[in-house]
Order: sequence, then structure tokens, then C-alpha cells
Amino acid sequence: MNMMPEITPPLLSVEGLDVSYGPLKVLHEVALDVRPGECVGLVGESGSGKSTLGKTLLGLAPVTAGRIAFDGRDITRLSPRERRAMADHVQVVFQNPYGSLNPLMTVGEILSESLWYAGLSRAAMRERVAEALEQVQLPAEAAERYPDAFSGGQRQRIAIARAIIRRPRLIVCDEPVSALDLTTQAAVVDFLIDLQRQTGVAYLFISHDLGLVRRICHRVAVMERGRIVEFGDGERVTSTPDHPYSRRLLLASPVADPVAQAERRAAWQALKTGAMEKPRP
Amino acid sequence: MTSAAPLPVYRRPKPVWRRLVARPVGLAALLVLATLALVAVLAPYLSPKDPNFLDLMNAGAPPDAEHLLGSDSAGRDILSRLIWGSRTTLSGVVITVVTALLAGVPTGMAAGYFGGRTDAFLSWISDVMQAVPAMIILLVVAAGSRSHFVVLMAAVGIIMAPGYFRVARAAARSVSREDYITAAQVAGLGHGVILRRHVAPGILAAVTIQTALAAGIAMGIQAGLQFLGIGQSNVPSWGAMMADGFRFMLTNPWLLFWPSLALGVAIAALALLGSTLADVMRSRSPRPADAAEAVADGATAPATPAPEMDAGAETALRVDNLRVRYRNGGTVTEVVHGISFSVRPGEVLGIVGESGSGKSQTVYSLLDLLPANGASTADGIYLRGKPIHALPEKERARLLGSAFGYVPQEPMSNLDPSYRIGHQLCEPLMVVHGLGRGEARARVRDVLAKVGIRDIDRVMRSYPHEISGGMAQRVLIAGAILGQPSVLLADEPTTALDVTVQAEVLQLLRDLRAETGMALVLITHNFGVVADLCDRVIVMRGGHVIERGPVAEIFAHARHPYTRALIEASADIDTSRRELDRMARRTESEAVQG
Repeated sequence: MNMMPEITPPLLSVEGLDVSYGPLKVLHEVALDVRPGECVGLVGESGSGKSTLGKTLLGLAPVTAGRIAFDGRDITRLSPRERRAMADHVQVVFQNPYGSLNPLMTVGEILSESLWYAGLSRAAMRERVAEALEQVQLPAEAAERYPDAFSGGQRQRIAIARAIIRRPRLIVCDEPVSALDLTTQAAVVDFLIDLQRQTGVAYLFISHDLGLVRRICHRVAVMERGRIVEFGDGERVTSTPDHPYSRRLLLASPVADPVAQAERRAAWQALKTGAMEKPRP
Repeated sequence: MTSAAPLPVYRRPKPVWRRLVARPVGLAALLVLATLALVAVLAPYLSPKDPNFLDLMNAGAPPDAEHLLGSDSAGRDILSRLIWGSRTTLSGVVITVVTALLAGVPTGMAAGYFGGRTDAFLSWISDVMQAVPAMIILLVVAAGSRSHFVVLMAAVGIIMAPGYFRVARAAARSVSREDYITAAQVAGLGHGVILRRHVAPGILAAVTIQTALAAGIAMGIQAGLQFLGIGQSNVPSWGAMMADGFRFMLTNPWLLFWPSLALGVAIAALALLGSTLADVMRSRSPRPADAAEAVADGATAPATPAPEMDAGAETALRVDNLRVRYRNGGTVTEVVHGISFSVRPGEVLGIVGESGSGKSQTVYSLLDLLPANGASTADGIYLRGKPIHALPEKERARLLGSAFGYVPQEPMSNLDPSYRIGHQLCEPLMVVHGLGRGEARARVRDVLAKVGIRDIDRVMRSYPHEISGGMAQRVLIAGAILGQPSVLLADEPTTALDVTVQAEVLQLLRDLRAETGMALVLITHNFGVVADLCDRVIVMRGGHVIERGPVAEIFAHARHPYTRALIEASADIDTSRRELDRMARRTESEAVQG
């Protein structure tokens, strides 16, 4: 098992990516790579463009410049047919566990739907659904039920089951736990780590929470206003970041320890007054 | 991997039709319509006479054994004509509704799902059709087709299609924004499959409701056309009968009465069916899993620890044994099981818990904001030592308005989008506190400066959508402290904000507390926020207080495992992935060697 891929060629590589909606440019020369079996974090505040980058990789946003390559193949602009075939390789898990499952379909229907194009028999499909449910630690009878029978954390497991049922090599996780309770968040993140070790799937983990990103990501990219301002080792970026914006982000998130938090607040205030005195480069 | 835990017992939601017949109005409407349909289908067998047989000797005759409802002005049997008329009415409605459905729904779905140019083009056509005067078109069609029944009813359907288009478009648009549609696209499903499997079932409710209402309107238009004499004279119809009755209204009112009654009852049944369907289909079942978790927690939670005594010390707010209950149908559920707490002036009390813990219910009950089926009781609620739980409602409301400030979670949805910020802040000062306009504005400017807004004039002139979320939260905090409350209740005030903005808002609350000496009750799920701001904490779970104490003590020696789990989950200086992988490798190699 390869848990710390260091020199393997990238599974996904993004170079000089620009994305615009009409006159509004939302991504500026974004460069990023994800290696097989690796988790790359993408942190930033709302409006920083991190979700747009995720959408772009899934072919859901208009690319104006740059190149996206998956396993050495250019996937920047694909025909609808080629794009549909990419579903075998790249999947997605969304933030909202209530909006991402169709309330009118049973869990079994939701999961087997993405197997249609694989042309499996009914029995084979049922087997794959049971296997995926087992992987996300839900009992097989969950397939018979509708999404509203499940709690937020369970729904997110179902969404993850839908993503892994095609056995993809990359999953874009767009704030996959931020709508859940804190204790549930930790459980789902640890589950994602387990799943990665078992299957070797790579994650692009989009989040605003540096603590979570530290726990699950090998490398971390920080986005500010459509640009990646820092990209490096997860441990370092989440403890001693280089860029002033990454530092502000880190110092602004409160720690669950009164003494440490008092220090962090003082550092945050010092950084803020410092930033006010001399404008950011 | 651990094995999957068994799922709780599951009750499948009842299908819509069963919920519909469970309601008396729905059942009655359905029965009326079913009877009507049955009569229409069986008309040849039910009708005692030939509806078109003219018996001029009998013209306008009153009811007798042979003609149960009498005869019309040409001596035709009224009962027979009513029975055959129901057939005409129903077949006309079916033609109209099917035409409208076919023309309106697929186009509406396409417009809502694809959006962009498809939407612009189709919406333009729909708008043009709605602008054309319907009656004139129908008269032209009637003349051109020589009042051909099917053509005429289909024309009514085309005229009603924009109604379906709008409903289908709106429903498809909202469904298309859901993440599961995007997930289906990413799963490689084509547009056709997505429209059929996800969008169509999603708009079914809206289209069904629209159909019940449209059928009633179609019936009315049809009768109107027949009343005007459009249609073939040998087809018995309620509208034509009404026209006949109208001529003899003064001499023989029964001629008008019977067809009007039939039409009125049918249209009313459709309207009631539509509104009942709307009720039934929109009421969504609660999230059972979360509710079950909350109940289970309540059962195992230990008894509430005794509150620390505040004897002698001045309290800003003291709450003794507060309970919140909800009535749902015949059952009463208690969600807050007798909690007590107090907060001193200048102190920050954190109430911590996850969703379903009862922390927000506690705040709502203090502010009298529980929904109609909720109620709270308490042994005592004291504001600065003054009991308020026993006050009459009016007095209490006035006191609550000035003694409590409230900061909600979602800043944007708590500002009225149609008024300027300045107006929204000044109004309560003028209405509740009786200040003049100038005084109120001066006070608002003061407070906005206090919450750290520099560009005061611009913010006061702005509408809520013109300011950022962080700014909106500052405005709401300003609104909450305008009346100089002795207690500020903040319900997850930073949860909807970015971390950098959160840090600013926490700083602001800290400054305000120091400056004004008001007590702050902070509801949160985040122990990082607690560590930042709070002096004392109570931890809630399943409607019980499971732990309480000064902040330093809770962080150092939390007694309850749940508290420790919550603190760990908020810990930011966490094990990194690199360390986790290293540990995993070590256990793996040890297992191999052992």
C-alpha cells in the first residue's frame, strides 16, 4: 500500500487555469496537482473560488485558459460523451447531505443509477450496491429506504457510497462535512481516511476548516480571491504558513483551549494592526 | 472496518392518496368527483329519457313522477340533460387539461432545467400567449371550426398552457439547483435521463395541484362558452341549460338552479381537492433519525447537576427549571427537561450543544418565540432579580423587548430586504422607546460606530443586499444593543460567517461586554468560540444540562465523555495526516512482525 506518494507522477494536474463567468474572472492562473492515493486540501473563505475549481474539474464551469490533465490525458475541453465517460474516474461528494440525495428515490435506486452506463445486470448491480453500502458501514437494508430515514452523517455516507460505486480514482469532496455536527464531522473524516487507505482513491478536499484539512490532507493549497497563494505540505501550511493570508486564516480560527486561544487572539490582533500599518503586497 | 450498526425501525411514509383520504375535505371532494365521473360514464344507463327528445306539450312543466326535476322550455327532461351534461363537461375538461399539460409541462421543464436561451425563448412565447385576449381567440376558433367541440376545448387547453408552463418551469428550476442533479450529471447521466428520473418526479406535486385548479377553471370557461351559445345545439351541456334557465329565471327559477348547482359543486370539489393536495404534498415528514437520536440521548443522560448557588450575587438573568414541550397531534414531546442557569452582569455564559440538544429552544422560550404548538414552563425566570415568569403577557412582552437583545444566526434572513438599514434600526427606537426621529438617528449612529462600522452614512442608506455578511451581523448586533439591554442572547452568531469575519465579530462582542457591562448568553456548538469568549459554560445534550462550570475547569477536567468528545472535535491543533499515516504504518508493521 502506498500511503505517502512522494514522487509518483500526478493523477490530476492543473496548469494556468482561468475561469470566467462573462466579464467576471473567478479563477486566476490556478496551478495544482494531486497524486494517486493522495489527499490535497483546498482552503479559503467563501467567494475565494475553491468550489469553482472543484466544479471546473468536473466539467461544470467554463474554462477560458489553461490546461487540466487527468492521468496524462488532457481533459480541459471534452465532448459531452467523453465527459460522461469521465464519471468512471472522477466523482463528487457535496456539502449538503439533504440536497444531494433525491428525496423521492430509495437509497438503492440512487446508488444503482450511476451504474447504468456500465451496462451491468440487475443482480450485479444489486451486488455492487450492497458492497458500496458495506464500505460506508451501512447495513444492506438501507437500500430499501428513502433518504429521509437517515441522519445527516448517514446521508453523507450514502453520498460517499454513490461516489465510490463507480470505483473512481479521484473524488472531489466539496465541504463534505461542514453541514454536520462536530462529533459527526470527526467520524466522517476518519472514515474518509480509512476508505482512502483501503481503495487508494485520491481526494481533492475543499474546506474552510484548517483543523479538518490538517487531519486528512497530505498537501494543502490556500486560495484567496481566485488565486492559490500557497501550496505545500499539509502539516506545515496548517501550522507555520508562509503567506500572510494563510497566517490570518490560521490565527482567526479559534482553538478549543482558553490559554492557547488567548495567545492566538493576541497574535491575530498583532497581525491585523501590522497589516493595517503596512498594506499587503 | 467495524461492522455496520443496525438501523432503527423504519416506517415508510404513507402515500399521498392515503394522506388525502385521511382528511374529511379531501375525501369529500374525491367522492363528489368520483360520483361525477361515474355518472358521466354510465349516462346512457342512468338517464331516464332521451335528453334531446322535444315534448313541447310538456314545456316548462314542474317535476312529476315521469320527469323528476321537471322539463325545460322545450319540454326536454332536465334530469336526463343534467346527466348527459356531466358527460360533456368531463370530456371537455379532459381534452382541455391534457392539451394544456402536453403543451405546458415539457416546455416548462425544459425551460427550468436548461435555463439560459432555452428559458428566455420559451418564456417569451408563454408571455406573449398570456397577453393575448383569450375570449377573442376562442370566438375566432369557434367561428373557424364551426364550434367543433374537441377543437374548441383543445383551444382552451392551449390558452391555459402558460399556467402549466410557469408552474413546471418554477418547480424544475428549483429541483435543478439541488446537488443531486449535479451529482447525476457527474455520474454521467444524460439530460433525458435526468429530466425523466429526477426532474419529472420532482415537479409532480406542483403539476398535480395545478391540474386540480386548472380543471375547475376549464369547467368554468367551458360553461361560459356554452352559455354564450357556442357549441352544437344537440349536445346537452350545463352551460346551455343555464342559458335556457336564464331566459326563464323569473318564471321558473329551477331551470337555472339545477345546472348551476351541478357546476358549482363540481368546481368547488376541484378547488378543495387542489388546496387539500397542496397541504398534503407539501407537509414533509420530520427527520426521524435525528429525533430518535435526541430521544435516546435524553433517556440515558444523567440527572441535571445542581446549579452553582448565586445567593447574594446580583444576577442579570436567572432561570429555574425551564421546560419546553411541543404538542404534535395528540402527543406531547418535551425537548428541554428542566434546566437552570444564571448569568451575572458583564459575564459571558456559553450554552454548548449539537443540533437537537435543546439549546436554541431554550433561547426561543426565553424570548417568547416558540411556535404555536410549543410551550414552556419554569419555576422562575428573574431579570435582575425581578420575577418575569408570572407577568401578564403584555407587560412581559414589553419587558422582553427592552431587557433582552437578540442576535440570530443568519444575518441576512433577519434583515428586511425592502427597507434601508437606517430605517430598520431607527423604527424600534421610535415605536418601542418613543424617541423622535432625530434622536433615534443620533442614537443609531452612535451604536453603529460602537460596533465598528466606519462608513456609517453609507451603511444607513444601504439595503441589506448591498452590504456583506459580516457587516450585516454587525448591523444586527447594533440593533440588539440599541435598547441598552441587560442581557444579550446570541444564537450561533458567527456560525454563518467566514473565520476571519468570525474573529472580528467575537472581538466586537468582547469589547461590547467590557464597555456596557451587559450579560451575554452565547449559544454555540464550537468549543473554539467558547475558549475565545466565555467565562462559564453549560453543556446541553438531549434537553438536559450534562455539565457546567467555569471555562478553564471544563477544558482542563471535563467530567462527561460527551463534553470531552466535543472539545476534541473542536481542537484545531490536531494530529496531522502525516502523523496519522505514520502511526498506521507502525501498527501495520508491528502486526506483520508479531
